[in-house]
Amino acid sequence: MDFTRASAGPKPNTVYLFGTCLIDLLYPQAGVSTVHLLEREGVNVIFPQAQTCCGQPAWNSGYRDEALAVARAQLKLFPRPIPIIAPSASCAGMIRVHYPTLFKGEPDEASTFDVADRVYELTEFLTDILKVDLTDLGEPTTVATHSSCTARREMNVADRIDLLLDQLQNVTRIEPDNAEECCGFGGTFAIKQPEISTAMVLEKAKAIENTGAQQLIGQDCGCLMNIGGALKKQDSQISHVHIAEFLWDRTHKATP
Amino acid sequence: MNDARNTILSRLKTASIDQTMPLARNISNSVNWSSNYKVQLFRTQLQSAQAEIYDATDHSWLMTLQHICQAKYLKNILLSPTTSWGEAIIENSTNLPSLKYYDDPVENWKQTLFEGIEAAFTSTYGGIADTGTLILWPDTQEPRMMSLVPPVHIAVIEKSKIYNSFAEALKAQHWNETELPANILLISGPSKSADIEQTLTYGVHGPKELVVIMV
Amino acid sequence: MTTKFRTQFAKALAQHEVRNNTESVVNKLRKHRLAAFPDQAEWISMRRHSTAIRANATSKLPQLLEQLETNLQRNGIQVHWADTTEQANQTVLNIMRFHDARFIIKGKSMVSEEMGLNDFLNTHGIECLESDLGELIIQLAAEKPSHMIVPALHKNRKQIARLFHSQFPSIPYTEDISALAQAARRFLRHHFATAPVGLTGVNFMIAETGTLCLVENEGNGRMCSTAPPVHIAVSGIEKVVECLDDVPPLLGILTRSATGQPITTYVNMISSPRKPNEKDGPTAVHLILLDNGRSRIYSDPELRDTLNCIRCGACMNHCPIYKHIGGHAYQTVIPGPIGTILEPQKNGLDSYGELTQASTLCGACQEVCPVSIPIPKIINRLRWEHIRKSSCSTPGAGSGRRKTEAIIWKIWAWNCIHPGAYNRITSVATSMRRLADRILAKISPWTAARAVPRLPDTTLHERLKALKIDNE
Ligand code: SF4
Repeated sequence: MDFTRASAGPKPNTVYLFGTCLIDLLYPQAGVSTVHLLEREGVNVIFPQAQTCCGQPAWNSGYRDEALAVARAQLKLFPRPIPIIAPSASCAGMIRVHYPTLFKGEPDEASTFDVADRVYELTEFLTDILKVDLTDLGEPTTVATHSSCTARREMNVADRIDLLLDQLQNVTRIEPDNAEECCGFGGTFAIKQPEISTAMVLEKAKAIENTGAQQLIGQDCGCLMNIGGALKKQDSQISHVHIAEFLWDRTHKATP
Repeated sequence: MNDARNTILSRLKTASIDQTMPLARNISNSVNWSSNYKVQLFRTQLQSAQAEIYDATDHSWLMTLQHICQAKYLKNILLSPTTSWGEAIIENSTNLPSLKYYDDPVENWKQTLFEGIEAAFTSTYGGIADTGTLILWPDTQEPRMMSLVPPVHIAVIEKSKIYNSFAEALKAQHWNETELPANILLISGPSKSADIEQTLTYGVHGPKELVVIMV
Repeated sequence: MTTKFRTQFAKALAQHEVRNNTESVVNKLRKHRLAAFPDQAEWISMRRHSTAIRANATSKLPQLLEQLETNLQRNGIQVHWADTTEQANQTVLNIMRFHDARFIIKGKSMVSEEMGLNDFLNTHGIECLESDLGELIIQLAAEKPSHMIVPALHKNRKQIARLFHSQFPSIPYTEDISALAQAARRFLRHHFATAPVGLTGVNFMIAETGTLCLVENEGNGRMCSTAPPVHIAVSGIEKVVECLDDVPPLLGILTRSATGQPITTYVNMISSPRKPNEKDGPTAVHLILLDNGRSRIYSDPELRDTLNCIRCGACMNHCPIYKHIGGHAYQTVIPGPIGTILEPQKNGLDSYGELTQASTLCGACQEVCPVSIPIPKIINRLRWEHIRKSSCSTPGAGSGRRKTEAIIWKIWAWNCIHPGAYNRITSVATSMRRLADRILAKISPWTAARAVPRLPDTTLHERLKALKIDNE
């Protein structure tokens, strides 16, 4: 699939944040860090409080009516012609790639094209549009990365996380073996086919363990929760953290 | 079964077809190598598929053939007596193994063909450089089993008939304007299989050895 | 809910030897493919061209089939149409009976697997012998192929050595791959020479010239289509391409995608039976064109893409799920991602719908597919068909709908479109996170291998509100 944007555009003053339900409920600090990172670049952040979920869980489960209703509720929250930033490739991909299919033949189909064109995954936005220049203030550390399948194959932004981490001079980045292989999360897949999902995540966790890194960094909290959960279950020393939180923690001076 | 035909076709015909992707057919064969490079590529590709390649000339190929037959201790070789190659071989057969001709329909000597023939010599209709491939158009003179049943297949190819690619060969030889033979073959090495542990092994059902003489 | 497939998958995951064999071959195939496309730009342009060729052929399918039939018949090849596998089997049987033949030697054909031809012919007193090395191994072991291209990929050389030794006691036990292959050669040679009928599959059928193309490495396909006096080819109706020029690009991308080879050892292009004065080749050539649900799949513009498949196997080689569970766990003729979309459409969502759940939608299959089949998109579509209420063309549609699940999704959706309710629930969950943690710990499919994610004390909504990051 080829999703070239209508316009990459200049650096905007204001953006919308689409926080995603997983971050909302489980990883709020990734969302807060996203706001800090954006604001530091001089970008105002609007967070429409009525947002909930992009609808992907239902869409991927075949519940199209439910997905449509939920997606429609989100669609209305981003009326201004400014970028929408999602700190998740999976949710960004849902809006960017799947909304137009989901709304096909619906009266509001046209507005999905506009929204799809404006949605950015966070690391993509930081590198491609804001062209951030980061200064590392943290201690030397080694991290393993995991790019989600949606970042890799749906949004084509898997390398942005590397570009960002490589700006941090005290951070050694290691790509685990078989990096392009899915971690086995797959949303409801992990619940519907837990045995296969487990086999996949164990393999992934092992590859990450083998890197000897201190932390696992990713741009999607679904994968992080999955792999991180498996690592933790095995009493691994490797903790997991969302790229936004990692970047913010290492690049701002703590206020005394 | 005519019912099946009509049912299937009518089902297919009622389907609605949207605009298809544009298909530009002449984009893919853009390479055009020098004849030297073509020969070289042809050779390396075939060699990497475990074929033996010999360089020869219009005059020396018969000696090359003798050499090959001796090196392999061949007791006999199947060939066509009526091609120009075959005629030349027959005239210079002193140092060659016993010559056999495919002049009967296979039914009359199938057992001998499968069990008693050690090698076959055939001409080729052309070659393909980028994949290292022989093109064969078997006919009444050189039937299709010659390149299939005997354990050694020796083929002669004129360097001038080596094309860049399969796509080019099709066009240059006007395949779609000709009545095609019953069986066209592209051969790119001796028979092989990787069905066990994806490990290559040669000589499974077709020839165990493919020998190519370039003239 | 434990279902037929989930149980099967779990069993497959417990078979460590099969898993190791599968993973090791799959990894080799991935490596070979990668080496065959060293230049990304070239891959993109080859793929675009091949995709266009297949899309073009599919869009003209009925016309091309008619043209193919006319040209084949003009060339002297007999064409038979079969709406169902029963009809296709019966056609083979009729041909066998016409020639008074009780033995058939077979080249690799996934369509004959789809037909269940061997079993059918056996019940009618006809003996079938597979001649592809991988298929022979499978037949000797009385199993089914676990891969389209490498049928015995789940077996290692030791297992094959034991199998050969038990089946051919006269051959000394060996684990040497080339010795095993030579044993198969010796065993089959006599059968090639004496079989009254040979059967093969087809890779491409060329409408323009009335030609059947078969690609293979071993030479057994050539044997089956050349040595016996009668050759029967079986093909799905979708395998037709418009003209000769369409073959080189498809062939090149097929072999590279499948095994990393630039071309197979043999490309066998059959345009007629033995011609007058020719001394070999079959005197009768038959082509059986099998529908078996394909024309129904064709009726839907989105599902139709399924028919563009050229059976290269790359999608299964790159599928993490296939890698873990192997081909047999799918319980289908064709396993892996393409099987996941093809088999439920052919055989019904009622019996195969759960297969659509055997995917994380990671997209690795689509990424390597040489004809760009949007497999994840079709899986998504079939998941919908599986639970939808309205009717549609796929058999078994709606059979996967469960009341409780549907209600859960309804509640979820209601919650998500009522932000007030949503925020209250998420807020309550985080503030009572000790209790919530304990509930979460009970989701056993998750916690069997993973620690429970700890809920934070407040939600993002709450934190941003506190920071005055809000609506405009
Ligand atoms: S779906 Fe694509 S990748 Fe899979 S076998 Fe068919 S052509 Fe190959």
